[in-house]
Amino acid sequence: MNFRKASALAASILALSLTATACGGGGDDEDGDGGGSGGGGGESITIGIKFDQPGLGLKTPDGDFAGFDVDVATYVAGVLGYEPENIEFVEAPSAERENLLSRGDVDFIVASYSITPEREESVSFAGPYFLAHQDLLMRSGEAVSSVEEINDLTLCSVTGSTSAQNVQNDFAPDADLFERGTYSECLTGLENGQVDALTTDDSILAGYAAQEQNVGKFELAGLELSDENYGIGIPKDDTELQTQINDAIQQMVDDGSWQQAIDENFGPANYETEPAPAIAATS
Amino acid sequence: MFDFLDLERYDLFGVFWTTIQLTVYSAIGSLIWGTILAGMRVSPVPIMRGFATVYVNLLRNTPLTLIIVFCSLGLNQTLGVTMFTDGDPEPTNFRLAVLGFIVYTATFVCEAIRSGINTVPVGQAEAARAIGLPFTQVLGTIVLPQAFRAVIAPLANVLIALTKNTTVAAAIGVAEASLLMKEMIENEAQTIPIALVFAFGFIILTLPMGLFLGWVANRMAVKR
Amino acid sequence: MTNLSVLYDAPGPRAKRRNAALAVLFIVVLGLLLWVTINALNDKNQLDAEKWDPFVTDSRVWSTYLWPGLQETLKAAFLSLVIALPLGAILGIGRLSDHWWIRRPCDVVVEFFRALPVLLLMLFANEAYFQWSDVDREVRPLYAVVTALVLYNASVLAEIVRAGVKSLPSGQQDASRAIGMRKGQTMVTILLPQAVTVMLPAIVSQLVVIVKDTTLGGVMLGFGELLSNARLVSTNYSNTIAAYAVAAAIFIVLNFLLTSFASWLEKKIRRGKRNPGASVTGEPSGLEPTAPSSMTVTASAGSAA
Repeated sequence: MNFRKASALAASILALSLTATACGGGGDDEDGDGGGSGGGGGESITIGIKFDQPGLGLKTPDGDFAGFDVDVATYVAGVLGYEPENIEFVEAPSAERENLLSRGDVDFIVASYSITPEREESVSFAGPYFLAHQDLLMRSGEAVSSVEEINDLTLCSVTGSTSAQNVQNDFAPDADLFERGTYSECLTGLENGQVDALTTDDSILAGYAAQEQNVGKFELAGLELSDENYGIGIPKDDTELQTQINDAIQQMVDDGSWQQAIDENFGPANYETEPAPAIAATS
Repeated sequence: MFDFLDLERYDLFGVFWTTIQLTVYSAIGSLIWGTILAGMRVSPVPIMRGFATVYVNLLRNTPLTLIIVFCSLGLNQTLGVTMFTDGDPEPTNFRLAVLGFIVYTATFVCEAIRSGINTVPVGQAEAARAIGLPFTQVLGTIVLPQAFRAVIAPLANVLIALTKNTTVAAAIGVAEASLLMKEMIENEAQTIPIALVFAFGFIILTLPMGLFLGWVANRMAVKR
Repeated sequence: MTNLSVLYDAPGPRAKRRNAALAVLFIVVLGLLLWVTINALNDKNQLDAEKWDPFVTDSRVWSTYLWPGLQETLKAAFLSLVIALPLGAILGIGRLSDHWWIRRPCDVVVEFFRALPVLLLMLFANEAYFQWSDVDREVRPLYAVVTALVLYNASVLAEIVRAGVKSLPSGQQDASRAIGMRKGQTMVTILLPQAVTVMLPAIVSQLVVIVKDTTLGGVMLGFGELLSNARLVSTNYSNTIAAYAVAAAIFIVLNFLLTSFASWLEKKIRRGKRNPGASVTGEPSGLEPTAPSSMTVTASAGSAA
């Protein structure tokens, strides 16, 4: 008897869920690709950021978001006519960034998103709004000063990331490279003395070094190993939005908010940031 | 659609070879460790029974990703275990991953074998004891060989699951299939076609394995 | 052979001494390993209060990260199980059908979805929902995770059901045929109800697999499950080892509760039946009527993570 009851329950739930999906599938496709252009209405805007990069985009214990990318996103959204409370931040994992844009899930992405030719095949970029370099984060007092020395180090970076590929293919093919799931895991190894340096963009590294519990423990080596132009990812060929965002970035630089955001987010790390890059005339 | 398939740049066959190596080493290791665990679970020493039970329940209930990450973060990055390598990341990570897979998969092997032991008729063990065999021989020469034949099908499932589970090794940077997939997605910005290629690779690996072992299981089954 | 003492004689004085010595040795080795580990962790400052305190003193760790993450995990796991179970039963029964045009398609579906890593299934499901439905962006990762878990686990459950039904003594089917029942009737009223008891442990370990597999949705799809939230904790407090340990503990407790509940349920179902197989106990093999075959118990074998 128990079995019969249970199976009846399960069957009804299955039926329910099937009808639910069927209804969902039958509806017309209004949200799928129209989301991106819905900005003009002045209601709310969806922006993709990182949730796990201190200094750039971080979900704080209060449930808010903090970091330089978040400040830029908020400023740009403000110029476009959206109040901070009308911004919805969405996590944009590296592998999903292009998809989020092409599907119209987000209006734009501000997530340590380097402008590269491959990416420009599927999305467009506004900006750049920041110039980062690949660098090393090392324990205080142990930082190396030249690129040649990297080959003798044990490095750590995030699995499959561009930084990890750069190390192996370009400037330190002989260095030992550990790849981990998150930068925090690398940081644990650095803290424990099992790796000598964490390598990725200096902006991300500075964010970690500036964290309250890490102040004074780590320092940046300051080797400019690569140029990473952070752009704001927008749907492919949306030139109107591109121009608007470019203007907004220019305005942010001009009125000093840009420098202020830099100081607030990277201040404690002694991170010498590049001046705001000139906005490229990409189409 | 598949113009990203640059075999010079992306070593597609190499990473699947790593996947196969991970699978083979882990399969052998977990078969051995799982059998030992199963032996402990039915052994006359209560503390061993208790240890094996707790071990299986803890490890089986933990997500594999966490186990693999603990192997690297805890054993290697904190305790400095290098798994008998000179500290080079590649062999170290590979061996740590194999260790993680063994530790995890052995719980499933143990449970499979234990239920296999349940299918062996009581008379077999009684007869073995009656001719004076000690516990190790009752288990090793009489019961386990019969139990193994009954659990080929469930063990085949464990093996298939293990093959697919090796993708988790990417979490600690072992250059197997899913790590290359991540790199390609990061570089080429084409998720679905890339994922399709890798899905195809896994089907080639696991589908024949399942069919073959299913056939073996049918042939070896003890007809009662 | 569920009474395992059948494997060894009652220990005599010598065996008792040997067992006691083994036990002591075992405890010493275990204790030594534990001591070395704790010592090393302490050396590297991984047991420092600042790494573990947030989980006790800072309630925001739970309210912002872990609790919402746990809810997402549970939601995905529950939906997956509830849909996968009947689907798996249908596929499993389909594979036992006498008609090839029912059996073959079911075979293909089961073998195909069992062969694919769940993570890839999730990616495809996510794309499919975008292309062919208007599921909202906010819930799309959940839909994708559930769909992938359903497809994979239904095919595994199909195997469990098939093995469970096949494990029943053939006399059950013969007898129901003899009293003139149709095939469908035999399956629904005779075979399935008996097989359910046998299948329950396997179904439960599959549920555990589902719970663990929800973690795959975190990295690639941005599904806010428990593990990805634990990662956020470690990003904020630089305490990876502590954060992962807490996440692992939550998973272990959760899955332990699930398995305990299931074994309670199993006992209840078993007791509810009137002495299940008078006919089975008579079998010469001396099989336990309630555990006729090993096939079922482990047809599950965990999938990724």
